[in-house]
Amino acid sequence: MKNTLSHRLNTLALKASLTDGTPCRTISAAEVIHLADDTGITGRMVEIAALREQILPDRYLRNMKTLSEADQIRLLESAVCIVGLGGLGGLVTETLARMGIGRFYLVDGDMFEAHNLNRQLLSSIDRIGMPKVEAAVMRVKTINPGLEVNATGAFLTSENADTLVGSCNIVVDCLDNIQSRFILEAAAKRAGIPMVSAAVAGISGHVTTIFPEDKGLENIYGPEDQLNMAKGAETRLGCLAPGVNLVASLECMEVVNLLLNPQKALRNRLLVIDLEDHTFETLQLA
Amino acid sequence: MKQPHIQLKLFAALTPLSPENSDRVPIEPGISIKELLDHLDIPIVKAHLIFINGVKRSLETRLNGGERVGIFPPVAGG
Repeated sequence: MKNTLSHRLNTLALKASLTDGTPCRTISAAEVIHLADDTGITGRMVEIAALREQILPDRYLRNMKTLSEADQIRLLESAVCIVGLGGLGGLVTETLARMGIGRFYLVDGDMFEAHNLNRQLLSSIDRIGMPKVEAAVMRVKTINPGLEVNATGAFLTSENADTLVGSCNIVVDCLDNIQSRFILEAAAKRAGIPMVSAAVAGISGHVTTIFPEDKGLENIYGPEDQLNMAKGAETRLGCLAPGVNLVASLECMEVVNLLLNPQKALRNRLLVIDLEDHTFETLQLA
Repeated sequence: MKQPHIQLKLFAALTPLSPENSDRVPIEPGISIKELLDHLDIPIVKAHLIFINGVKRSLETRLNGGERVGIFPPVAGG
């Protein structure tokens, strides 16, 4: 049994300690990659196997003890669909990869333009014209090559929505128009999965979590058949990096809450923020 | 008898329309949100989300004084 993954993990494990002095065993990110190459499984699976042996992949040391090893396994086992890879989606992708979400379904048909540079984390001067989905895949793989990424370089439509969200535990709405949000919500409801939804204008925005049986976006934008606009106040105010990044971080925490403590999610509640006067308020929608 | 007041918070593109005394806006008791917005020259079509004391309400909801009123226009950026 000397060549089993379990045996090899225990042989490679190093004694270490958390910052509070708690003893632990760790395995390095480099050894995870090496073991994945050697065994033909993904690095994500190696990390899960290590955690089951109470061996911490060292990249997650600073996730402890806010997260437990069981929590980390749960994140690594989960699949999240991120639709829209601009201001919100770029930071959501980056943050969830670092948190250790195991599987990503990334969706965007857009390419970077110069006016994205003010806020979109994945944009840079040398990426003008690059598909956003390509940059997002590269970013996830740069952070952790062991994570599994499924990329779709197309815009969300009523035709492709069910296929895009169907394999996921959660969908994250990082879109930039109201109609597409309703299309995504309908697909998430058909798939029976929750959707984290956020929107930004200027340095204000809001975030909520919608379960399949909830009224959802209608509570925020009114009935879909009475929509008379595609965009909102952002057409006048733009979108500034502090507002976008903050709201994207709030979306990430909703994803983590849904996976680990679903009762804490912003269900039928809307967290509104306005950095102009430091407003943070959670409002009751229903 | 003292005139009742409300606290009014306008979000996003509505912020520039905030009255100077937004923390203490005098109202007539029983006035509806719609009537208040008309009085303050705030376009009703942009008053998409209306919250009173942290709970979603409608244009028809009436105010008695002492409430915290929040109004959000449609926001869709990402």
